[in-house]
Amino acid sequence: MSSSTSDGAADHPDAVVLSGITKRFPGVVANSDVNLTVRRGEVHAVCGENGAGKSTLMKILYGMQQPDEGSIEVDGGPVRFRNPQEAIRAGIGMVHQHFMLADNLTVRENVLLGAEKLFGIGSAARKRLAELAERTGLRAGPDTLTERLGVADRQRVEIVKVLYRGARIVILDEPTAVLVPQEVDELFDTVRTMRDQGYTFIFISHKLDEVRALADTVTVLRGGTTVGTVDPQVVSSRQLAEMMVGSELPSPDTRESTVTTHELLRVRELRLDADDGSDRALLDQINMTVHAGEVLGIAGIEGNGQTELVETLMGIRKASGGTIELEDAEGRVRDLTHASTRRRREAGIGYIPEDRTRYGLLLSQPLWANRMLGYQSRPPVAKGQLIDRGAARSSTEEIVAGYDIRTPNIEVAAASLSGGNQQKFIVGRELSCDPVLLVAAHPTRGVDVGAQAMIWEQIRQARHRGLAVLLISADLDELIGLSDTIRVMLRGRLVSEADPARVTPTELGEAMTGVSEIHQAEVPDEGVQG
Amino acid sequence: MRARLLPPALAIVFATLLCSVALLISGANPLDAMSTMGAQMFRGTTAVDTINSATVYYLAGLAVAVGFQMNLFNIGVEGQYRFAAVVAAIVGGAIELPPVLHALVIILVAAFAGAAYATIPAILKVARGVHEVISTIMLNAIAGGIVAFLINPEQFGVLSGNSVSTEPISESGWIPGVPFGNAGTVFGFVVIAALLGFGYWVLLNRTRFGFDLKACGESPTAAIAGGIDAKKMAFVALVVSGAVAGLVALPEILGRDHVYGINSTTGYGFTGIAVALLGRNHPAGIAFGAVLWAWLDKSAVSLDNIGIPQEITTIMQGTIVLSVVVAYEVVRRAEMAAEQRRVGRALADEPAGVREGGAV
Repeated sequence: MSSSTSDGAADHPDAVVLSGITKRFPGVVANSDVNLTVRRGEVHAVCGENGAGKSTLMKILYGMQQPDEGSIEVDGGPVRFRNPQEAIRAGIGMVHQHFMLADNLTVRENVLLGAEKLFGIGSAARKRLAELAERTGLRAGPDTLTERLGVADRQRVEIVKVLYRGARIVILDEPTAVLVPQEVDELFDTVRTMRDQGYTFIFISHKLDEVRALADTVTVLRGGTTVGTVDPQVVSSRQLAEMMVGSELPSPDTRESTVTTHELLRVRELRLDADDGSDRALLDQINMTVHAGEVLGIAGIEGNGQTELVETLMGIRKASGGTIELEDAEGRVRDLTHASTRRRREAGIGYIPEDRTRYGLLLSQPLWANRMLGYQSRPPVAKGQLIDRGAARSSTEEIVAGYDIRTPNIEVAAASLSGGNQQKFIVGRELSCDPVLLVAAHPTRGVDVGAQAMIWEQIRQARHRGLAVLLISADLDELIGLSDTIRVMLRGRLVSEADPARVTPTELGEAMTGVSEIHQAEVPDEGVQG
Repeated sequence: MRARLLPPALAIVFATLLCSVALLISGANPLDAMSTMGAQMFRGTTAVDTINSATVYYLAGLAVAVGFQMNLFNIGVEGQYRFAAVVAAIVGGAIELPPVLHALVIILVAAFAGAAYATIPAILKVARGVHEVISTIMLNAIAGGIVAFLINPEQFGVLSGNSVSTEPISESGWIPGVPFGNAGTVFGFVVIAALLGFGYWVLLNRTRFGFDLKACGESPTAAIAGGIDAKKMAFVALVVSGAVAGLVALPEILGRDHVYGINSTTGYGFTGIAVALLGRNHPAGIAFGAVLWAWLDKSAVSLDNIGIPQEITTIMQGTIVLSVVVAYEVVRRAEMAAEQRRVGRALADEPAGVREGGAV
């Protein structure tokens, strides 16, 4: 089977037309009367904040979900996809944000897996693969193991995979989220070349500069519905942003400095060995100090040890070497290197985990029980060995009111709140217990813009009161906006330091990939300006 | 509340229907069977027997439920109670103490012995990652051997007639029952079992330990991030489960038999699993499950009188457990979806409602 379906209707100017799409989930309307028209041979960006309904719309187009209302046309003919296989047959392919590759197979095996019927597995398949690799700029050989490939190459393998299956319309779901700025440029070059060869791209993103750099047309979604379709050459980034957000933009800027010279967290020569028996170090030579009123941001491409750093600080993993010291609320310096997670929390560390549903909440339990998680050994919720349910309930009410958590009451299970409200609840729980240090891993990941602004504001206020914050984030704007100091993490080490007032995202991106150091760092492994 | 009561009700109705079909196929009248069994409920001896059995099942159910609270499947209640029973009976028969104190010592010895036997799988699990299902099943087999060894007349046993058992416990160690004339005597241990059920409820719902236990059961990752030592909790939960399991045989030993012998009933540990599942680990639910189970066991005998094979109750018990597990899951999911809808509706008027939940 080839791409004959699309060739047959090639005279039709519109590749995809979605009209009046509505999709309801329990408790929310994810899409409400969404309209989207994608012309053949263009790069069409679909923009919107997290939770604006982009993902749902694409899942509907790709047949992963069925719309409750509305119709889909591909190449001028109405279609109704019951599953992704039908969408693929109609010439639609999707490159997911999270790659779906088998690490222990080669590039060729990954591409051919499940598509053996198209060109067999012999020389015809090899020829087709080589042709597509050429077209997409995939430089890795077909017999390379996928686990050896970098993120950018893996993404290209994903693109080759969908083209191999005959896609003429390619959905790229936030393709740049995992790439550094240099790789983004290369990807964009590839997309432009392929567009000129007649491919159609639907590009999902919420990064406006990228959208303006790449797209021919932009459709903006907000609150589950289409706000409008515009030409990115005509509108400014500011206008686009306001279409997305619907009002004035929140900003993570915290320029007035509240950094003191009072050291609260001191980490020396921290080391964490891999537990697979090799002498590879997941963390090595980590030295850092966080002062009262300071936000220390850790930048880095995911998988360079940030998760391990957080878990070692929290005592979830046991450090293999080095020391961790924290000054508690009474001013005593405590050596926490060998302390349990509970003792660390009791010493005054608040923790916003990167995956709230796995690490932050007991999903089937009511909010007031979740209020106790991490604090069950302390007043107000603990009374000796007993639990004070009344106090737990009333302090939960305070958190719900004080942090603007949208819930009918505190008896509902945590799972029934929306993601943004779950995150606000966690932030409220951690901040309301007066921590000395807040370890915040991706505190606004996957939340809507309202919750994001609110969380930034809460962190800023707590910092003003003298809270020390260790902020790990993949969002460079968030890092630059909130941090007083930025350290860059690469392969388990803190490699360079940047002043957020002067550094640009591109410079940070280069340091994150190890292409270059940031030159303004005076002392590479220690010291804080201000 | 509906979510708790609906599943067992559905399961019992379904099991009854299925058994009726089985009876019809085998040519018997299901209504006869039901009415015969139903009538047993009000016959004195069956009622007393039911309560006595239910006491034993209840203890076993509690023991299993402690483990279930944190997703530990203690199949070893069987081995733990038999080991504890033989140790407690030997100690109880060997010592002489004033009344009350004597019984109390026997109870404590049994709890310690059960806990000690459960310590083996607990250590294996925490230190070596051995799954408790595997280790406790094997320890069940070993417990059978230990019991046979210990009550051998060459060790601590005595031969009476053609049966061996431990030395009889003197009267000071007995727990008197409540006599119901001809119908029999209800074990005094029923009071202790009820107190234990209440203690279990307090532990789970009012103590930090209970919160930690449930948190570990729901999400080990979130529990660890919340400062709970999941390994320690696994260890403690297994040992506590074993301690409760240690009491399972005591109603019979202290209230009726006064010895533990080669002929003493086995299999209570497995019944406990079914009873805990049926009662959804809730102390009142387990009590209901224990009584239902005991009634099915005891009234089954009457079926032979009207020519219906009593094995039909075994089919019924099996179907109840299977369908109750399915029903709980179905109802749980439906309730969760309903609550999400309710929350969504309650917030629908607020402008941010749609966007907030949108990351789907």
